[in-house]
Amino acid sequence: MRTAPGILFALITLLARLAVGPTAAAAAEPLVVSAAMSLKSAFEEIGSLSASAAGVSRPAFNFGASGDLLAQIRGGAPADAFAAAAAKDMDILDAEGSLLPGTRFDFAANEIVLIVPAATVIGVSSFEELAKPVVARIAMVNPKTGPAGRYAEEVFASAGTTDLVQPKLIYAENVRQVLDYVARGEVDAGIVYATDAMTRPRDVTVVAAAPAGSHKPVVYPIAVIKSSAHPEAAKAFLAVVRSDAGQAILARYGFTPAPAAR
Amino acid sequence: MLDGLDGPALAALALSLRVAAIATALVALAGIPAGYLLARRRFFGRELIDALVTLPLVLPPTVVGYYLILLLGRNGLLGAPLYRWTGWSVMFTWQAAVVASFVVALPFMIKTSRAAIEAVDRTLLDASCTLGHSELWTALRVTLPLARRGIFAGAVLSFARAMGEFGATLMLAGNIPGRTSTMPLEIYSAVAGGEWGHAHILVLLFTGISALALYGANRLTRSSP
Repeated sequence: MRTAPGILFALITLLARLAVGPTAAAAAEPLVVSAAMSLKSAFEEIGSLSASAAGVSRPAFNFGASGDLLAQIRGGAPADAFAAAAAKDMDILDAEGSLLPGTRFDFAANEIVLIVPAATVIGVSSFEELAKPVVARIAMVNPKTGPAGRYAEEVFASAGTTDLVQPKLIYAENVRQVLDYVARGEVDAGIVYATDAMTRPRDVTVVAAAPAGSHKPVVYPIAVIKSSAHPEAAKAFLAVVRSDAGQAILARYGFTPAPAAR
Repeated sequence: MLDGLDGPALAALALSLRVAAIATALVALAGIPAGYLLARRRFFGRELIDALVTLPLVLPPTVVGYYLILLLGRNGLLGAPLYRWTGWSVMFTWQAAVVASFVVALPFMIKTSRAAIEAVDRTLLDASCTLGHSELWTALRVTLPLARRGIFAGAVLSFARAMGEFGATLMLAGNIPGRTSTMPLEIYSAVAGGEWGHAHILVLLFTGISALALYGANRLTRSSP
C-alpha cells in the first residue's frame, strides 16, 4: 500500500505544524493571571479594562480554588500574577521567596454568607440552624483546597456545631460549584462569599451573613510571581486592579475595600 | 510508605471494591442479554443500538457525567420525579458511584459478550433447535456456556473499568471522604493536597489490582488447550 506511508507523513507534518504554530507567537503571549474563583466576574471585566487602557493584550485568567492555584504555582505553572482569597496561600509563596518583592498588596475584602435554593421549603435563617435535623445536605468548599472552606469551618467552630454538621457536609471544588449545587437544589444550603451569591439572585437566597468575628477576615492579596516572564506587564495589571476604575468594578460586584494595613 | 495505608485509604479501597462489584453484577445482568440479542437477533436499527450503547466508551467521562446529572440530578428528567415520590436524590451518594461505573463499564460487557456469542458455532445451536429445545433453553444451556470464556473476560474488564471510573463519578457522586471517595478520587485528593505517601500506596494497590484483572482477562480469552 504505497499511499499509507504518504498519509502517515502528511498527518505527522500537519501535527508538527500545529504544534509549532502557537510558539512562534511566544513573544506576544498574554499575561497569565491565576485568581481565586470568587474573583471571576470582577477580574474578567478588569481584564478588558486593562487591555483597553494599558494597551497590553487581555490577560489569560486561570480561575480556581486558591489552594489548587497555589499547588499549580509551586509545581511550576507559568503564572505571572496570583490573586488569592486568603493571606495564608500567599504567605506560603512569600515564605518560599516566590513573589517579586514589593509587588504584594491587599486589594479587596469579602463576606461569608449562608445561601439556600430560592425554591426551598426548608426554613433556615442562621448558621446555627444548620445543625437542625431537617437540613440534610450542606455544600461548602473543600477546606483543603479553598479558603472559603476554611472560613466555613471557622464559622461552624465559632457556633459550636462542627460535630453536628459534619455528616451533612458536601465538599465542592470551589465557591462557584457550591453556588451551583444550591442553585440546582442538589443541597439544602451552602456557604459562599457574598459576591458569589450576587451573581445568581434568582436561583439562591441569602439568609444570613456570618457573625462578626466568627472567621478570619476575608482579605484578598495579589502579587507578581518572581519567575514571571512579563514582570512589567504583570505590574501594570496590578496597578489597574489598585486603580479607582478597578476598585469601582470590584465594588460593583459586591467586594468591599481591603482594610488599610499593608 | 505503608503508613500511607491508613483509615481513609482502606475506606477508599473498600468503597471502590464494593462499588465495582455491584456495578459489575448489574452490568452482567444487563449486558449479557443485550449482547445476546445483538449477536443472535436481526432487527431494524441493530447497529444503531450497538453504537448507542457503545457511546460511553468513546465519550469523555465528563460528558457521561454531564448527561447523568441531566438525568438524575434533583431537577433531572428522572431525578425530579424520583425526588417527588421518595424524597431521595441519588446525587452525592455511593449509589451514584455505582450508576456512573455501570454506565461506563456496560459497553465492555456488551461488546465482548456479543463477540463471544457470535463466535459460537451456529451448527451446534441449530442442532439444539432441531432437537426441539426452545431458544431460551438453548441460550442458557448451549450458547452461553460455549461463550463463557469471552463473557467472563468481559466481566473482568468491566470490573477493572468500574474500579477506575473517575470523571463521571466525581460529577455525580461528588468527592465525599468515606461516602463517595473511591480510590481514583482519593488519589486525586491526595495529590491535590500534597499527601504523596497516601497517594503512593493507593496507586500501587490500584495498579496491582488492575494488572491482576487484565491478566485474568487475557488467560480467559485464550482458547482452551
